[in-house]
This record gives sequence, C-alpha cells and structure tokens, in this order.
Amino acid sequence: MALLGLHEKIVDLVKYADIVFWPAATDFKYEDLKGYTEDEIDITFFNGGIRTSENEELANLLRKKSKILVAYGSCAAQGGIPGLANLSSRKQLFDTVYVNNATTDNPDKTVPLEVTKKNNRKLTLPELEESVRSLNQVVKVDYLIPGCPPPPELTSDFLELLINDELPEKDAVIAGKKTICDECPREWQGKSIDKINRPHDTEIDPDMCLLDQGIICMGPATRSGCGAACPEKNQPCKGCFGPPENVNDQGTEMLNSLASVLQIGEEGTALEQEWNTLNNLPDPVGSFYTYSLPTSIFGGRVEDEDNHE
Amino acid sequence: MTSRPRVGVFVCHCGENIAGSVDVERLAEDVLALDSVVFGTNYEYMCSDPGQNTIKDAITDEDLNGVVVAACSPSMHEETFREVVEEAGLNRFRCEIANIREQCSWVHRGNGYKPTEKALKIIKGAVEKVKRNLPLEPVEMDHSNKCLVIGGGISGIQAALDVAEAGKEVILVEKEPTIGGHMAQLSETFPTLDCSQCILTPKMVQVDRHPNIELMVYSEVKNVSGFIGNYKVTIEKKPTYVDPDACNLCGDCVEVCPVEVEDEFNEGLSTRKAIHIPFSQAIPSSYTLDEDACLGLNPLCCTECSAACDADAVNYDQQPEFVEEEVGAIIVATGYDLYEIANMGEYGAGKYENVIDGLQFERMLSATGPTRGEIRRPSDGKVPKDIVFIQCSGSRDPENHNSYCSKICCMYTAKHALLYKESVPDGNAYVFYIDIRAGGKEYEEFVQKVQEEERVLYLKGKVSKLEEIEGKIQVQGVDQTIGEKVEIDADLVVLAQSIVPSREAEETSKQLNLNLGPNGFYKEAHPKLRPVESLGGGVFFAGAGQAPKDIPDSVSQGSGAAAKAIDLLAQPTLSHDPQVAEIDDEHCSGCGLCIGQCPYGALELNQRDVAEVNEILCEGCGTCVSGCPSNSLSLKNLTDEQVNNMVKAYVGD
Amino acid sequence: MDFEPKLVGFLCKWCSSAGADLAGVSRRQYPSNLIPVTVNCSGRIDANFIMEAFKDGADGLLISGCHPGDCHYTSGNYKTWRRVALVKHVLKQFGLNPDRVRLEWISATEGDKFASVVEDFTNEIRELGPGPFNNE
Repeated sequence: MALLGLHEKIVDLVKYADIVFWPAATDFKYEDLKGYTEDEIDITFFNGGIRTSENEELANLLRKKSKILVAYGSCAAQGGIPGLANLSSRKQLFDTVYVNNATTDNPDKTVPLEVTKKNNRKLTLPELEESVRSLNQVVKVDYLIPGCPPPPELTSDFLELLINDELPEKDAVIAGKKTICDECPREWQGKSIDKINRPHDTEIDPDMCLLDQGIICMGPATRSGCGAACPEKNQPCKGCFGPPENVNDQGTEMLNSLASVLQIGEEGTALEQEWNTLNNLPDPVGSFYTYSLPTSIFGGRVEDEDNHE
Repeated sequence: MTSRPRVGVFVCHCGENIAGSVDVERLAEDVLALDSVVFGTNYEYMCSDPGQNTIKDAITDEDLNGVVVAACSPSMHEETFREVVEEAGLNRFRCEIANIREQCSWVHRGNGYKPTEKALKIIKGAVEKVKRNLPLEPVEMDHSNKCLVIGGGISGIQAALDVAEAGKEVILVEKEPTIGGHMAQLSETFPTLDCSQCILTPKMVQVDRHPNIELMVYSEVKNVSGFIGNYKVTIEKKPTYVDPDACNLCGDCVEVCPVEVEDEFNEGLSTRKAIHIPFSQAIPSSYTLDEDACLGLNPLCCTECSAACDADAVNYDQQPEFVEEEVGAIIVATGYDLYEIANMGEYGAGKYENVIDGLQFERMLSATGPTRGEIRRPSDGKVPKDIVFIQCSGSRDPENHNSYCSKICCMYTAKHALLYKESVPDGNAYVFYIDIRAGGKEYEEFVQKVQEEERVLYLKGKVSKLEEIEGKIQVQGVDQTIGEKVEIDADLVVLAQSIVPSREAEETSKQLNLNLGPNGFYKEAHPKLRPVESLGGGVFFAGAGQAPKDIPDSVSQGSGAAAKAIDLLAQPTLSHDPQVAEIDDEHCSGCGLCIGQCPYGALELNQRDVAEVNEILCEGCGTCVSGCPSNSLSLKNLTDEQVNNMVKAYVGD
Repeated sequence: MDFEPKLVGFLCKWCSSAGADLAGVSRRQYPSNLIPVTVNCSGRIDANFIMEAFKDGADGLLISGCHPGDCHYTSGNYKTWRRVALVKHVLKQFGLNPDRVRLEWISATEGDKFASVVEDFTNEIRELGPGPFNNE
C-alpha cells in the first residue's frame, strides 16, 4: 500500500519496470511466481512479517526468484506490531481468540485446523507458526526499508537509486544513520523526569522535547529517516523505524535511557519511589518493543520453569 | 588490532594459596585449547623476579601480543605485571589479571575439581577481554602547583608547614578566627605534660610567617570541582570586621561591647563579647567581631567598639569575599568534635551543670581558662572534693552510642586525674574504666604512675546512671573486681566523651566526593597500607578526621599527607587513565541523554550537535555508555563486545 | 545429574569486587557457581548485558555495586537501581522469572555479605531450575 503513497511517481516506476507480482493491486497467482526462473525477478519488495507457513513459503520462493529482495516496512524489517504476539504462545493465542473471550460462544472449543476433511474433501489452511519472524530471520534480505509505513520520500529515493543503478552495497538499511533526535525540531533541556506520562495524561508542549515532559518517546532509540514525523505532529515516536544502526535490541536501549532520566527529587533520595514508578509502567514490552519484538534479543516469550506449557 | 591475537597465559601457584585447591599444572595445559591462546605455563610465584622473567621471555620468544596472569586479585599486582609487559615492549593494557585466588582458590577449597573448572573459565574471560584491549597511552596533563589544606588544627598546621618547606604554595583554610584547633584548648599534653599552647604556638607563628602559606581564617570551602592535579576551589572568607594588620590587641573594644554570649573556646564555661579574640596567642593576631552576636551591622546599631579603637582597626563595611583558587592537591584535616553529652540520657543528657566533658575540664585546668586554672564546680564555684571520671562515655557501646574505641580517653583521663590531685591534694579522684588502652610511647608508664603514685582510685566497671541529688551528682557504678555496686556522691563528674568526626566532615566529603566509613570518619584507600590517601587520588587525610588519634599520630599523619601531596605536585605532568569513554560521532544524534548522567561534567554537545568527551575529566565509569540509546558511546577497554564475550566464556558450552 | 546453576556476577570494582576479595582473604567458603565480571561501576551495566547473558545460557545474574550514596563515581549506582527495576519488569513480561536477576549493594568491607549472597542466590536458582536458554 505504501507504494501507492508515491502518487504520480508510480508512473516512473512502471516506465522502468514490469510489475510481475503484486497481490494487493494486481491479479497474479502463485503458479505464475513458481513459473519464473531463478533470479528472473529483478527486485522484490516484500512487506509483512512471517507468521504462517504460507508466508514462509512465499518468502523462500521470492528469495529464489529475485535478484534483489527488499524487506519493505516495519513488519518485514523487524517483525512489526504483529510481532507483539510473540509474548504469547500459539496455544495462548488460539485460546484467547477462539475460546476464552467475552464475545465468543465456543463451548466445543473449536479452533482452526491445518487440515479439515469434510465430504471427502480435504481443506487445508496454512500453519500459524509458533512465533512471528521478520523477513531476514527467514531468508537473506538485501535491503531494508523500515517504517510503518515507509515514508513515501524514502521509497521514492530508493526507487531513484534503483532506476539510476546507484544502489548502495547490499545489507544496507535505506534510512538514516542516526536517531530520530537528530531530525526532531523540539528543544531538549535535559530535564530529569519524576513521572511517566502517557500522551493523554498531559497537555503536550509542541516545542519541548517529549522525554523532558515525561512522555516515552522512542526517538532516541529509533533509526532516523522519517524526518521525526510523529514528534512534529505532537505525538511521541513509537519506534517504527526499528533500532539505530549499532543497536541489536531496541527495548533495552530505551530502557537504559529512561532509567537514566527518571529521578524523583534530589538524586538518590527516593530510590524506592523510583523503583515503584518504573514498575508501574503498564506494558513496558509493548512500549519499548512495539515494532521490533521478533528481532530483539529474546525474540519473544521464553519458557521458564513456572510458565512451562 | 589487525594482527591475530597471540595470548600467553601464566598461571601462578602462589605457593599453596592457589595450588592448594586449583590444579595449576593442568590449568596451564588446558588453556592452550582456548581461542587465541598460544602459550601457557605455570610457576610458583609469578610476581617474583624469575616469575616476571618468565613472562618477559615468553613475550619475546613466543611473539605474544597479549598476556593473562592468572593469580591473586588485580588490586595486588596488576600494576606489577603491567610494568613487566611494558619492559618487554608490550603496551600495559595488553595485560589482564585473572583473579583465581581471592575469588576462586581461597573460597572454594575442598571442592574437588570445581575450583579448577572455574579458574579456567575466569581465564577464558580474561583472554576474551585482553585480546580486544586497545594499546592506549596515558593522557598527560598539566597541573597546578598549589596545595589546599582544609583545617588548621595541629595536623593541618604540620601538613601545611611541610608542604610549604618543600617549596610549594599552600592555602590553609580554617573556619574559626584562629588556627590551633582543639590542641590550643588543652592545658597540658600527655605523657610529657608539656604546656599545650607553649608547644603549639611556635608552629602557629611559623604558619603565619611562612612566605609559602596563605592563611585564610574565618573561612570555609564552599565548592570544589575538577579532578586530581586541577581542582577549582571556591572559598568564602567571612568578614571579621577588624583589620588584622591594624589591630594591636589592646582589648579596649572588649571593654565597651554590650553583648555577652557563650564562649565556645571555653566550651561554654564562660562568656565572651561579640568582639573577641579566642585566646591571646591567636593567629592571626587580631580581634574578630562575631556578626551573629553583634547587636546589628545592617543597619548599624552600636558603634562602641569602633569608637574605642585607637588603632582604627574596626571596619563595619567589610564584606564576605569569595575566592577562586586552582590547586593540585588537597589535604583534609577537619579534625574531631566530642560526642555531645546531650546524647547521654543515662548521664543526665546535659541537664546537670556539674557533669562536664574532657574539653571543658581542660579549659578549667588551663591557666588562661575561665577559672584561671582552678578546678571549680560550674554550678557554685566550689572546689570539688570528690571527682569522678567516667571513661568510654559514648564509646565501645554499639547498642546505644558508638561502637568504636576513641583511643585517647584513657590517657587524658589519667592526665586529668593526676592534674586534679596536684590541684586538690586532699580530694578524692575515682576513675571508672572498662579497659586501659595506653599503647603509645611511655603511655603505659604514665598511667601506672597515676594509678599507683597519685592515689587515684581506678574502678573497673561501668556507670549505669548519674543523678543530681541535693547539689551532688550521685554516681551509680559497679566495681567488677569485687563484684559489687559502687555509689559515689560526686561534686564533679568528667565524662570522657566519644571522639566523633567534626561536623564539617559530611559537607567536606560531599564536596570532595569522599567516602565516609560507617562512623562518619573519612575512608582511606587502604586501612593498613594507605592510611593517608583517599581512593580517588589527589585528596589526602591528616588527623582525627580519618580516625581518633593523639597528637603525635596527628603530627605524623600531617607529615605523611604532606609527603603524598608533595609527591603529586612534584610530577612535571600527571597522567590520566586513558580508558575513557569515546563517541562514535557518525552515529551520535546529539540527543543529549548522556550529558546529565556524567558526575564529572565530562560530556557536552559541541557545535556540530554531537556529544564530545573530555578525556581528562572522564573517569571511565561507563554510566553514560550503558545509557546511550544508540550505542554511540563506548568505554575503551570495557566495550559491550568485551563484556558479552566474557559472559559467553562463562556460561557458554 | 543434579542441576548446577550457571551464574554470572557483575561486580563493581571499588566496592563489590573488593568485598569479594575480602571474602577470599577471610577464606569464607561459598559455592563456585557464580563467575564474576568486574566492571568499574555498576552503572556500566547495560540492560542489554542481562538479556544477552540469559540468551547465552545463564541461569541467574547477580548485579552488585556500592551502597547508595557511596558510589565511587558518585551516582552510577542510582542508574543501576533504576535500570534493574525496569529490566526485571520487562523480563517478567517475557515470561522469565525476575528473581533470576538479583541486585545487591555490597561494600568493600562486606566480605561476609558477599559470600552469603552468593550462597543464598545459588540455592535460590537451584530451586528455580535452569534458565530459559540453558540447553543442558
């Protein structure tokens, strides 16, 4: 969909290349895809994470058939918001969605099956894999264009490089090298905060750094390239561009920084209160790993003795 | 590091200390299986000459570019071995110590093969670190040649004189209007019974006259910033309202001053005027107007002292002065106070006039004191015929007061008892004690003399309670040797109150970033081997602020601290540990989150809106490094990569 | 085979590692499961180290620094306190028992405390069982 954000520039793309596979916009089939020879496709933009066996199959297929594979968008690059499902096991997910929720009446606890036989016919559904993965956790990816969605400017910049044969070396992330703070116009005052505010808790000063106002802005731990789009519109960055270049785990980086700026009263005089404040943060994983849980160090839920399933 | 790592591992037996529970020979072989290790050996005492030569030879013969010495704690010999590798041509940081003694062999004895297993992992971690250590050179920096001495008691005076004699400039800051400290309040000193002021004042005059000493009295250190060799100090000089050069000590001002307040030099046993001199040999030789006691200076209420002064020395227009100084070394000699009698609920909590402390008794004994050297009861001025001295008051009492021994009380109590008997030969002196601590030179003989010759009754036992009954102080004690209760109706009771750090110690410790021990005394770098140095370097201790001590020890320590300060100031340049933070400015986005985390102010945003590290201010703690959300800060020789590889070495398969 | 916990201790050089040394000098015995990584200041502890350590197979982590107010570098340990609070909260959400991370203040004079803490912690982790990434 983000490609449509290119508006009229899409015409340039069409001039340059034949679009040979675009499920969202055109009517091509998997059979067409399987029919291509290896590396026949010059470039594939793949968006979405890998959640089902179908996704995985497609990823492998497209890798085989494409000279260049681009992980397009947050889900393909880091797993995206659906990646937060990794906090639950597959069984827990099925349980919540199909059986144990307030608006579902399912006394037989029927859940979708991969294979259903009825009237001598066999119906198959793709397997929901145990966890969400990013594209590059499944196949080798050549370029990452991050963002939820990738900003049109970034896409059209990449397309220009492509059209002019000026692509950077493979393995590059097509975005900035710094963090959102580099692009953010807000004024930073280096305050220490004594309370964490959710955006609706407080009147947001449009000129002051959001962290200074006690609002968790993922900007410092997020790769630059979007022009600080959200902070400019008076909303905190949520981290959709993924971690900065030298960071492998976006959540811990943000956690470290937040712990450094939170301070109640004179340094060291209210440690217990600070401990409680930090422990009162609802859903820290949801806040710090919104888009990047699958590619974080843990990747998702871990099995410990007392939560064994 | 472009060449492949070639690390040699040297396992020390340390006699049986390590070899007793770690299979050192097996270890020296097993290390060869570790990544990057090309040489392994073991020896009885690696720190010995032959041991050191083993390392040097191996570096040359085996072309080593990294060394791990598996031995005792780095606090013992890291410096030794780093010098050894330097002599062999390797950078000092290419040598790491694996602590397999204090943190392994000594604590896992009789545990079969486990200590050896653990030692191998510790070594593995050290190898992973050393092979990534950068060969850094120390950062050289200039330093100030001045020394600051905080506190003008006997130890501060000694320190100041020694540093000044070495040709360095000294600034001596003292909060009172005169130097001399508590020693100036004493009558005689044990065991020689020298007149305290007689032996002290020549030193005080020396300080006053010394061309290299700038004396600032009635002054306090307000702020210290900077670091070893380059401290910036702000000192507040309070106005005395008297010009010390003009004042001729005639004392006419005192006659006309209408205000009387408690005389702190006489420990509250008498009063003084608002304009006063603590004692006649005060240095600087000048009167001082206490503005808090004065009727008022703004607006001027009374101008009697100025009118009476023929020397025209009184100047009501004096203002506080804030002085900024740069110094290279600081000696802290803030001294002691006595634990207040108000804390002794069992002894009247300060309600009883005739229960006094040792310093008050000293003032009474002093010929220039409030009673002209005569021992008198504060309540009615009568000569006490029965006097009780209670040792360990507030000391050696972890449940109620202080747990430690105050070291000097046994000696001064014996002295007090002796001097009392000289003054009141027909009086009765009783000393309640728990033990007698007379360890100094000729101290034991002194106490013996007091006990035997002077007919002072020493009672081994504690006093549970003091109560004032009809003008006398009823002392309820115990004599343990006969196992019976003792009750004495005393005319005067002298409590040997616990020595506590002076009230300035806490503020000073904050200003200088010093650690205080559990009792509030300054914490030295090592209690046995480095008693005059602070951990941070650049700040040294002298006197009772570090621990209770007598005059000879205070003087020794003053000289010791001075020697350390002179040591530092004599270096042409100082070298700063180069293992500091560094910025990857390609990735730093100037978010600024690191700036406030640095306790030394070593980080700032430069004009390119990227953070910058001041390598001289940075102390290498790494707090900013872990707090950087984009991993643009790293700590040289303790990078994330190094730490993670050490952890992998420990828990990996 | 009985489970033997693999523990890592992040000790600050000026206080906790010196305390551990003192335990050694005092010959105070304790289990050998914990292997120390000495850092200059507990403030150097990155929440990242904690996650990586568990990922590498650690069963428990001890983080130890100077007592609040006594940090050799003034304030590093305050940051540690807050970071550990947050990381425990996060670990819990990930399903990892936050008791596997223990924060202690151990000074250079507390050799006994160091030994007791290690012993206690080792036993605690032995009860909890292997960490989530311990494949043995």
